[in-house]
Amino acid sequence: MTGRNKWISLGVLALLIALLPLFFPSGYYYRVGALIFVNALSVVGLVILIGYAGQISLGHAGFAGIGAYACALAPEHLGLHPALAVVLGAVVSGVMAALIGKPILRLKGYYLGVATLGFGILVSMVLTNERALTGGPDGMNVADLGLRDVLRDMGWKLSGGEFWYMLCGVVLLVGAWLALNLFDSPSGRAMRALHGSEVAAATVGVDVPRQKLRAFVISAVYASVAGSLLALQNGFITPDVAGFMHSVEMVTMAVLGGVGSVLGATFGAAILTLLPQVLTVFAEYEQLVLGLVMVLVMIFLPQGLLPSIARRLKGRDE
Amino acid sequence: MMSKTTTALATLAALGVLSGAAQAEIRLGVSVSATGPAAFLGDPEAKTIEMLVEQLNEAGGINGEEIALTLYDDGGDPNKARTFATRLVEDDEVVAILGGSTTGTTMSILSVAEDEGIPFISLAGAISIVDPVRANVFKTPHTDRMACEKIFTDMQAQGITKIGMISGTDGFGASMQAQCKEVAGDHGIEILADETYGPQDADMTPQLTRIRNTEGVQAVLNPGFGQGPAIVTRNVAQLGFEIPLYQSHGVASDAFIELAGAEAAEGLRLPGTALLIADKLAEDDAQYQVVTAYTEAYKAKYDQDVSTFGGYAHDAFALIVDAITRAGDSEDPQAIRDALEATSGLVGTTGTYSFSPEDHLGLDLSAFRMLEIKDGDWLPVE
Repeated sequence: MTGRNKWISLGVLALLIALLPLFFPSGYYYRVGALIFVNALSVVGLVILIGYAGQISLGHAGFAGIGAYACALAPEHLGLHPALAVVLGAVVSGVMAALIGKPILRLKGYYLGVATLGFGILVSMVLTNERALTGGPDGMNVADLGLRDVLRDMGWKLSGGEFWYMLCGVVLLVGAWLALNLFDSPSGRAMRALHGSEVAAATVGVDVPRQKLRAFVISAVYASVAGSLLALQNGFITPDVAGFMHSVEMVTMAVLGGVGSVLGATFGAAILTLLPQVLTVFAEYEQLVLGLVMVLVMIFLPQGLLPSIARRLKGRDE
Repeated sequence: MMSKTTTALATLAALGVLSGAAQAEIRLGVSVSATGPAAFLGDPEAKTIEMLVEQLNEAGGINGEEIALTLYDDGGDPNKARTFATRLVEDDEVVAILGGSTTGTTMSILSVAEDEGIPFISLAGAISIVDPVRANVFKTPHTDRMACEKIFTDMQAQGITKIGMISGTDGFGASMQAQCKEVAGDHGIEILADETYGPQDADMTPQLTRIRNTEGVQAVLNPGFGQGPAIVTRNVAQLGFEIPLYQSHGVASDAFIELAGAEAAEGLRLPGTALLIADKLAEDDAQYQVVTAYTEAYKAKYDQDVSTFGGYAHDAFALIVDAITRAGDSEDPQAIRDALEATSGLVGTTGTYSFSPEDHLGLDLSAFRMLEIKDGDWLPVE
């Protein structure tokens, strides 16, 4: 990816975020948009881990859970402002990722998948069982960002998604910008090199364990911030956010959209967030359609939707 | 850009209201967990509401206006529930929301309803839904605390003062465990043993053995739902307990007796609703008509037995229909809310509801009936 491509990707994303609201018939679409951005943010993190560095994680919802519960717990117990709690959550997730990443990133393939899976389940179990602290499976309330009066003065609906749409959109843009910068940086090149071949990368002087750990920590921070945004937006959080299915959902979004591409990740997140909403009319067939879409994409567009389509278009031009 | 968007929104909203008025429809929104881990709650709830809307519209609707039902399945996911609540309010422009099968989904819908001033009747158990009272939030199921109190009242009558408790660690079991511990003292009950089991556990013999070995335990109480209580019931029978076993309202269904086995379940007691003993209600019972009409219609339409949970949905629907009828204005959510809060003496399947500004649950202990299993069937204890 050249520098020009980077700005094209960001430009497309920014234009979409800014212009889509013109076509929104009601406030509900802002909510869906905000959800897409939150999901896309955690998936961009996975693009760095899976797409750049070639490592798998089936436990990233655990980090989303840490970010979400940081926003719920820190204001209540530490008197921290919710906005700072997002930072706290990100720091905790990063440190946690560094600690557990060191031993488990020595594992490869299935073994790494299972180890990360175990981590995700552990977080989810702690959140479910530490009832006194987290409210258990019934969940807990998340403190307000303290912007309600400001929003009301601006004439924005409080629970309507306008504000969250804008905020999450901006955070996603920043996240995408950072991820795209990383791609061409020395670290990004090193990650991609070890993705290609660890032996070859090590031979030319790449510190393989260090780069793997770096990718793991960065992606954990992305998931954590996404979890925090979700918690603040919903004002209420349950351990579901750290659940195994949420981890799987993230990986599916990344793979569906195109695991090497930031824009593709956003695309994948958009499709998997939108489909359940579009398919409410035939709710019984929702899972069926979702499964079918995924199988078809994997068979016919194995690189993921966006990269495959982009390649086709390019091929025609040349 | 923002102002342009808001104007466009306002225009569309206005158009929506106008076209709605022309068709004279009452837009009612529902979000329940018809699939997913809470489907045993949401499925009968969805079926009940669909059936009742059909019945009402065939009978001419409310004051000549038909009900237009929008029903979403949130799959038990609080995040989805919030999105659907937003959709119901912003996009479908409903005047009231029913649903929230679990406490988690209810808490998500609740904040949307509160912010937008739309009356919302929850179908979930937790006491935190209506305590503190929120202007627009009501609920139909009795709380765990009431179940504990009903059970402890019955224990007191039997002269039981020392019990052992074994609770599931799922949301229902854990919440009820905490509530029971809180109110036990008020009824002079001492909890000597307090054991737990996971929702997937297949054998509770070790925990029950510990309870049996605890000196002075006069009864066992098992807050929980799903298969756990059935296993506890079987284990209790296998271990040959000679003290009574109490279950919670969470397993108040015929399926429970099948799962536990009639022999093992013989003699156990739990607080349930009139729905479970529909065929044994006296004709002069206040709930006789409501309960019989509901159970017969449901059985005829779906060829399934009613459950307590479907009953919660039945009552929520009855409450909202009653409120809309009295509000006189089916377009104004706040008028409906006010009418809802003024509900008095509405007989449902769960009990008789009377709301007030301080009480948005509107049930008392009389809503529960103490039931005992005799020969594989429920019998009221009086």
